[in-house]
Amino acid sequence: MNNNLLFDFIVDKATQTVTINREFDAVLSLVWDAFTTQEILDQWWAPQPWASKTRSMDFKVGGRRVYAMVSPEGQEHWSVQQYTSISPKTNFKMLNAFADKDENLQLPGSNWDLTFAEQKGTTTVHISIKNDSLERMEQMIAMGFKEGFTMTLNYLEQLLAKHKL
Amino acid sequence: MKTRRDVFQAIADPTRRAILFLIAAQAMTPNAIAEEFHTSRQAISKHIQILTECELVRQEQKGREIYYHVNVSKMEVFDKWVAQFKGIIETQFRQLDQVLLTIKKNKP
Repeated sequence: MNNNLLFDFIVDKATQTVTINREFDAVLSLVWDAFTTQEILDQWWAPQPWASKTRSMDFKVGGRRVYAMVSPEGQEHWSVQQYTSISPKTNFKMLNAFADKDENLQLPGSNWDLTFAEQKGTTTVHISIKNDSLERMEQMIAMGFKEGFTMTLNYLEQLLAKHKL
Repeated sequence: MKTRRDVFQAIADPTRRAILFLIAAQAMTPNAIAEEFHTSRQAISKHIQILTECELVRQEQKGREIYYHVNVSKMEVFDKWVAQFKGIIETQFRQLDQVLLTIKKNKP
């Protein structure tokens, strides 16, 4: 396995955006599927020992993925990803927001922009996450450090973007 | 939600971030800080108070003046958050590496 895969993690303080570039040792179509199909997403989306549980997913513009991050104790933290733009095997954009188990969104969420490109069998995924809601950050603070861990991908972004002036 | 003042709440406000930015360059008196903003002295004073409560800034008496400094050790809290966030994403992507590997192996 290729252990020299690119991993960039950039916090842009001016635009409060987190940018991540990551290479994967697989062809584009496979990596695209890993990010856009329920069965594969649930295998990796949650950092162990947490589990990702997708209740429903409709990958089309205007469609959504409803999923929970499940703690080792079985506690479910629901989120919704709403797809706002899809260019097959090239790019997709989504709004990621917390929700209750009945899919009521807690807005505002964070805006994700994912771009995929392949070169010689290696696929680079470029992710840009923008989140500038104070409410979301306060919510995270209230949930505490440990629980916040689960939610990281959804809402630590703002904090990270602002952590330094 | 329990109300409390912590470092995260302190930096959630743009004026407070601007104050931190100012005094990161050099220690300043409350008057000098207030002069940099188009807002009331009272408002700035309140922001400084919050930053002080969260220990993001510390006071130093010099003669008759009080100077405010950035408390560098407290700012490290944010660096830890960044490291943690980065670590979680790394974990997820390593998991994805394994998933991709498995799928490739199982392909006829």
